[in-house]
This record gives sequence, C-alpha cells and structure tokens, in this order.
Amino acid sequence: MADTSETAAAPRTHVSLQVNGTTREVDIEPRRTLLSVLRDDLSLTGAKPGCEMGNCGACTVLLDGEAVYSCLTLAVECTGREITTIEGLSASGELDPVQQAFIAHDALQCGFCTPGQILAMKALFATNPHPDDETIERAMSGNICRCGAYPKILAAARALAGTQAAQQ
Amino acid sequence: MPIRIITTHLEFEGQISEQRVVMEGEEPAVWGPEAELAVVGKVTPRVDGRERVTGSAQYAYDVQLPGMLVAAGLRSPHPHARIVRIDASRAETAPGVRAVYHHFNTGDLNNPSNDRPVFGDELLYQGDLVAVAIAETKEQAQDALALIAVEYEPLPFVVDQRAALAADAPKVSTTYEHNTIPEGFPQTYERGDLDAGFVQADVTVEAQLSTPTALHNSMETHGGVAQWDGRTLTIWSSTQDVYGVRRGVASALGLQQNQVRAIKQYMGGGFGNKFGAHHSGLVAAYAAYTLGRPVKYMLSREEENLAAGNRPETIQTYRIGAKKDGTLTAIEQHTIGNVGAIGSWFSPVAMATKELYQCANIRTVDEAARTNLGTQASFRAPGVVEGTAGLEVALDQLAAALGMDPLELRRKNYAERHQALDRPYSRKLLLEAYRLGAERIGWAERDHEERRYPQGRDGYLRRGIGMASQLWGGDGGPPAQAIAKLLPDGTAVILTGTQDIGTGTRTVLAQIAAEELGLPLEQVRVELGDTEFGVFSPPSGGSMTLASVGPAVRMAAAEARKELVEVVAQLSEAPTDALDVRDGHIFSRETGKEMGAIGSFLELLDGHEITAKGMRGPNAENMSVRTFGAQFAEVEVDIGTGRVRVLRIVAVHDCGRIVNPLTFSSQIEGGIIQGLGFALMEQRIVDQRLGAVLNANLENYKVPTIRDIPQIDIILLDQPNVHANTIGALGAGEPPIIPTPGAIANAVAHALGRPVKALPLTPDRVLDLLNS
Ligand code: FES
Ligand code: FES
Repeated sequence: MADTSETAAAPRTHVSLQVNGTTREVDIEPRRTLLSVLRDDLSLTGAKPGCEMGNCGACTVLLDGEAVYSCLTLAVECTGREITTIEGLSASGELDPVQQAFIAHDALQCGFCTPGQILAMKALFATNPHPDDETIERAMSGNICRCGAYPKILAAARALAGTQAAQQ
Repeated sequence: MPIRIITTHLEFEGQISEQRVVMEGEEPAVWGPEAELAVVGKVTPRVDGRERVTGSAQYAYDVQLPGMLVAAGLRSPHPHARIVRIDASRAETAPGVRAVYHHFNTGDLNNPSNDRPVFGDELLYQGDLVAVAIAETKEQAQDALALIAVEYEPLPFVVDQRAALAADAPKVSTTYEHNTIPEGFPQTYERGDLDAGFVQADVTVEAQLSTPTALHNSMETHGGVAQWDGRTLTIWSSTQDVYGVRRGVASALGLQQNQVRAIKQYMGGGFGNKFGAHHSGLVAAYAAYTLGRPVKYMLSREEENLAAGNRPETIQTYRIGAKKDGTLTAIEQHTIGNVGAIGSWFSPVAMATKELYQCANIRTVDEAARTNLGTQASFRAPGVVEGTAGLEVALDQLAAALGMDPLELRRKNYAERHQALDRPYSRKLLLEAYRLGAERIGWAERDHEERRYPQGRDGYLRRGIGMASQLWGGDGGPPAQAIAKLLPDGTAVILTGTQDIGTGTRTVLAQIAAEELGLPLEQVRVELGDTEFGVFSPPSGGSMTLASVGPAVRMAAAEARKELVEVVAQLSEAPTDALDVRDGHIFSRETGKEMGAIGSFLELLDGHEITAKGMRGPNAENMSVRTFGAQFAEVEVDIGTGRVRVLRIVAVHDCGRIVNPLTFSSQIEGGIIQGLGFALMEQRIVDQRLGAVLNANLENYKVPTIRDIPQIDIILLDQPNVHANTIGALGAGEPPIIPTPGAIANAVAHALGRPVKALPLTPDRVLDLLNS
C-alpha cells in the first residue's frame, strides 16, 4: 500500500488573527483550538493547557477584552476579533499593573496558572475597576490554582481595586 | 582542601537511612538568633517573578524544537485485561504518523522505577498504557489512536481494598501470589505492652476514619521533551528531580548517566509525584533516540489522573485507652491502604500515632492492598496527612468521652522526646504553638452559645472549632552541593542541581548567597534544574530542599567571599582581616571607608572568575530535628444543605528561621488549601462494578477554587534552629497540609456534636452524619 501519510492531510483553512495588536496569518485545520494555534503555530506559550476541557482556566486569553478559555475556542471563530495573550500585556517592556501586583503580593507559586489568572483579573478590571471581594471571587472562580495562591491573588486584586492602575 | 568522608543519618518521609558525605573544607558557623542579617529574613518578591507573570518562563510543556514530533497515549479501558493482539497498521500509515509503540514492537523498554515493561501485555488498571502514537502534530497523534485495533481479553479484577485482601480475591496481576505488597506487609510496629496499657485505662474509645484517594492534579501534567543529538540525550522534564530523570532515562536506554542531560527550568507543580523519569519521559526519550527527532510527550489531564499517582485511600481504625486525667495508656491503630496495581510501598500512615503524643504502649498495623487501580505515589506529606487526621479525630472522641477539653488532652500528653527512636528533639515549640493558636482563634469561647449558633438554635447554621497538631521532618541533609562564582563585573552566579517547584527556592537561595557574599540581591543569579552543571542536589521533596541546598549555597558563597577578600588584599596590599564586603563593595574595617566596587578589583584580573564549592554538612547526631506546628479551624455547617464552609484557619508552624516571609506564607497557605480540599471535596470516585474511575478530570474531581478560601492567619515563630544546619531553617512544604484535615474534621464534629468517620465531608456525607 502506498504511503498516504503526506497526501491525505486534513483540509486546511486560512485564518487571519489579530494577536496582541499584530496580524498573524495561519493555515490550519478548522478543528484547531485557539490554544493550540497560539502555542504550536505562533509560539505564544504563555496560555497553558491545564485540562483542555474548559475546567481549569490555565488557557485563559482575552477575546475583545473578555476572558475566554482558549481551549474551548476554535481559532476560526476568532477572525476579526482582538486576541490578547499574556505576552501582549507587557509588549512595551513595562509590566502591566496587574502583573506587578502579582509579583509584589506573591500571587503565584509554580506560575503555571498565572497567565490565565492575570488575564482573568485584567478582564474583571476592564468592566469593573472597583470590584468588592464577592465580585473578585466570582470573576476569578473559573481559574484553578492547585498551588493555592488564592489568598494572595485576592490580595493583589484588593490592592488594585479602585486604583488608577486598575483602569489601565 | 582536606577531604573528609563522614557518615550521617537522614530522614526522608518517615524513613531513616545512612548516608556518606564528602566534605571539602568547613561549613561556616551557624547563623544563630544573634546573627544580624540584611537580606535573609526579609520579605522578598520572587527573583523570577517577571518570567512567571509575562509568560516567558519556559515549562516542559512549552518547549518547542525544530522538527519536533508529538506523542499521544492509548490507555486501557479495562481494569484488568490481557492484550491478545494489536494491529497498528492503519495508525502507522495515517497522516503525519512516524511510529506507533506497543507491547509487540517495544516490549523490551523497561521502566527502571518499577522494573516493569513500559508496554506490558497484561494491563492492570483502567488507564494502563497500551500504545503510544508519535506524529508530526498532536492532532495527528491523537487521530492515530482511534486507528489502533486492540483485542483485549478482560480478566477478573478487584478495586476495593478490603475485597482485595480476601483469600479468594481475584489477583490484581496474574503474576501476583496475593494482593499485598510482597515485602514487609502487613507492617507492624509495637512498643510497650498494649494489653497492659488497656488494663490501666479508665476509658477506652474506638474510632475510625476513612480517607479518600486524592489526585495531585498539578496544573502541568507529567511529561517532557527529549532530543538525541548522537552524543547526548537531552530531556526537558516537568520534574522535582532532575537527577532521578537522568538516572531513569540512562538506565532505560542503556546509556551512561553522563550521556543524559535533564533540564527543568519551570514546572507547573509536583506535590510529590514527579520523581524519576516517569513513563512519559521514558517514551519521549526512547522515541527521540530511535527516530532521531525531538519528541514531546505530555500527558492529558485524564491520563494524569488515571496513571500518574495518587494519595491512596485509607481505612483507619483506632482504639485508645486513657486514665481519667487524660493520660494516654495505649493506642492501637490499624490501617488498610489501597496502593493500586503495582504499589511497592505504603506511606508512613502511623507516624503520628508512634510519635505525636506521649504513650508507652502502642501497636500499629499497616496493611497495603494492591488493587486494579492506578498506583499510589507520594503526595505532600504522604501518609502523615491521612494518619494525623485519623489520630486527631480519635483523640477528640477520647476527649469527649473523658469530658475533657481537646487541647488540654493534647497538652497532658505532650511528648518531650522522640519516643520511637528514644532520643531528644533538637527543640519543640509545640506548646508555644498551642498557646498562640488557641488565643488567636478564641479557643476559650469555643462553646459559647452565640458563637456556635450564629442564627440562634432555631437557625440552620452551626459553627464549630477544632484543632490538630503537626509533626514532620523537614531537616533535609547531605548530599547537596553548590558552586558560587564571582564574575568579572562583580556579580555572582550560584549553580545548583536543585529544582524550584514553585516554592520559591530560586529566591531563597539568592537571598542566602547575597547575604553571605555581601552583594545586593539583584546582583545574584541562581541557576538550577540542570544536571549539566554537575552540582548534585537531592530531589525537591520531603520538605528538604531549603535545609539541604541552602547551607551548601551558603558555604559556597562564604568560600567565594574568602577568596575575594584574599584577592583584594593582595591587590591592595592590605591584610585580609582589614577588609569587609558589603552591598557589592569593599570597605576598610579600620576607617570604614569604601575602597571600590567588587567588580573594580576583579576586572583587574582579565576575566578571572572566582569559583568556590560548598556542600551540606552532616546532620546532628543523636537528636531528632523536626518541624512542629498546630492549626485551629473554625467552620460553619448548614444543617439544611450539609454544606461546610471553613471560616478561618489559624496556623502556627515552627520551621526554624524563615528566610523569606513572603514565600513562606505562600507555602503555608497552599498547604492549608490542599488540606481543605482533602477534608471537604477531593475524592477519586470508582465504579466498583466496572472498576472504572468516573472523575479523572477537573470537572468532577473537585479542587478548591478562590471561593472556598477561608481567612488564613499565619503566626510566625521564626526562630533559627541552631541544630538543624548553618542557616537554621527547615522545610515548610509539607508541614502546613498535615494538620488541616484533622482540624477541619474536628471542627465539623464540634459543630454537629457527632463524630466524623469519613473524609471528604461533602454535603451528602454531612447530611448522613446528621441523620445517623
Ligand atoms: S486548559 Fe482550557 S480550561 Fe483548562
Ligand atoms: S501557581 Fe501553581 S497552579 Fe497556580
């Protein structure tokens, strides 16, 4: 039997993605998730695969400013929408206030969930710069941290709530 | 430098072993309570915080190499089966597929950590490895799995630990004579005369506690990326143990250890089950070696939860005798653990019973049942979390039977010495921990009406307060080495083979080096997690990293500083004792005047780097260096829904000197939160009829989220333990998880006035308790 391995590749489709303010063109199978395209095609490995089932939040990115699980988002759905990954947050070289707060409050341990946590918090402040504890906990409850950095994630959010930095 | 070989003793997760240590030179004198330290002991944000918040930190999962192939695993759907036949031909010719490995073509790949084939023909649990497809992309590898035709012959199985120990139980493997760990089990420990102890008792209580199988669920799964360049097999691994990975890969591939390089820069959690090469690492290494291309194999979450280890389920029963005044006269503990398909050891589940309280007459029996389920692995204070919960729950029942305050009962039976080894503790601040914790939680008011019934007696809410004690090692020991280099620009780099698994190791080691070298923290860089440096460190487990590697780093830094002073003395024609190093500069001790930056001297030497070695010295002999602590929990139970909310945990732990209060408190909080998960929600659920795990995911295996977090008050003792090592610090990774489940269970029992018999305290279980 002939080797079909090169010839029978699945059909691909062309997608133009707006990632961190830059247009990125990819030819991908339609079934590919945004998470896998970001990581494997665009080498943006800040979004992490924790479960790839929408259960953990490690893959969180911003889609038009809203936090989404990129493992549950198909890349083809993202055409024409603004994608922000953790790499885009400090593109200027300067850390975002949320990133700074995470370091100052030690809101991370192993750091694997951290990019997702930071982006989830970023999305929260974008809609509500003055969240109370209940609002913070609600917004952050889709992001698991197995190391248990939660008290310090909460502390980081409290420190930012209502400040100028939260509105950046 | 004179070389001495010293024999010393180490304790790792309850086991004492002998160790020979090579010492070159002398360790510096211990930093006692009087030591004035500028960097050590200060709140210090992580030195690698920037990498961790920007996504630039590279985890094993993130490694991408040109031409890299990706692996996906096919797992047994049966709890026990023989593979009759595998036809992988369709998978092998599927798009992008480069290889399919299974028993009939890769049967000789051996896993040295359990001395079994990676691809066996007898599958011992649901999730056991059947085949691995290697392809150009992950999607192609996953697609190929569906094309592998496997004919299974299902075999009789057993998943319940009691059933597994019955004489006529199905054998977990056809190669087993029985379902017990073949060597050393059941394991019995005895001291004194148990029967006499019960005769002396005025009161005897019987208690039991069942604890669930808990899954580690590190956010990064097991796995790695391997590359073979014809000379060296390099493996980037998500591991707590780069040297163990190197050893395992070398052994499996028939290479020398020096032909394997294991690297771990960042890793997404381990909690005890990332030691050794793991089958994911072995398969990646084998494929890379065979195919000549880099290969990545990271487990899926489901594979992780079926096949990467767990904290084994226990059924514990206790009988405790005491005199009227509370003096313990006898403790009997019997435990049956479910160690899974190929468990070859069982965690020290009786450690607390043997040692935590003063009691002359003890018998503990540990039975370990193998079953057709995933094999156990160490999980943050393995055995001791479960055993402490059991003992502490039993003690509260004794206190109730005696009509005695539970804390008073513990004070009454305070153990001054290590009873099992009959030697003194280096120190024990547990009474102090009791006092501080009780005061903070308001122990004296624990029975006040308004505190117990926040809505009055007619309301649905009940509150309770409970506590538990903690005992653990954390003293570490040799061998652990470090190298300190002073570079031409006056900055330093520290090389060690240790790992920072999220605990902040890189930061505390930088602090120790900066302190000793007289450099600002920013001028010290710590390199770790790479066997290529040739600087051996132990695995990062057993709460031993800081207490093992910290002193080695300190000694290396001290030696480098000595050499620096020597160099500056000769360059500036001053006696060495006239020079001081502070803040990156050299000062004259006499005049206090600054003589120049370190770099301004070193640059005169045309690229010369000062390189010095340090090593962890022997442990103190004839005394036991331990961490002790206590936690107090306040809970609120809704008797309508059965829901338990932990309101507050007060934690007091003696881990010696605290090098970095910021990362220390993170570790304590993290341990408490995992303990809370164990107490209230975490449990692997197995369909007993099918032998199938029903929640091998993060959807139905519940771990705490930010909404479950209580107020956590950490009271710092922060006193150097001068017998421990030259930095006076002990480990803090495991101590904080140990007392949490027991304290929460006792608080729930207090709230409900009913003994807790099983964890986790899920709403249905709480309602059952209320109806019992
Ligand atoms: S990886 Fe997307 S939610 Fe877990
Ligand atoms: S920091 Fe490790 S999972 Fe959150």
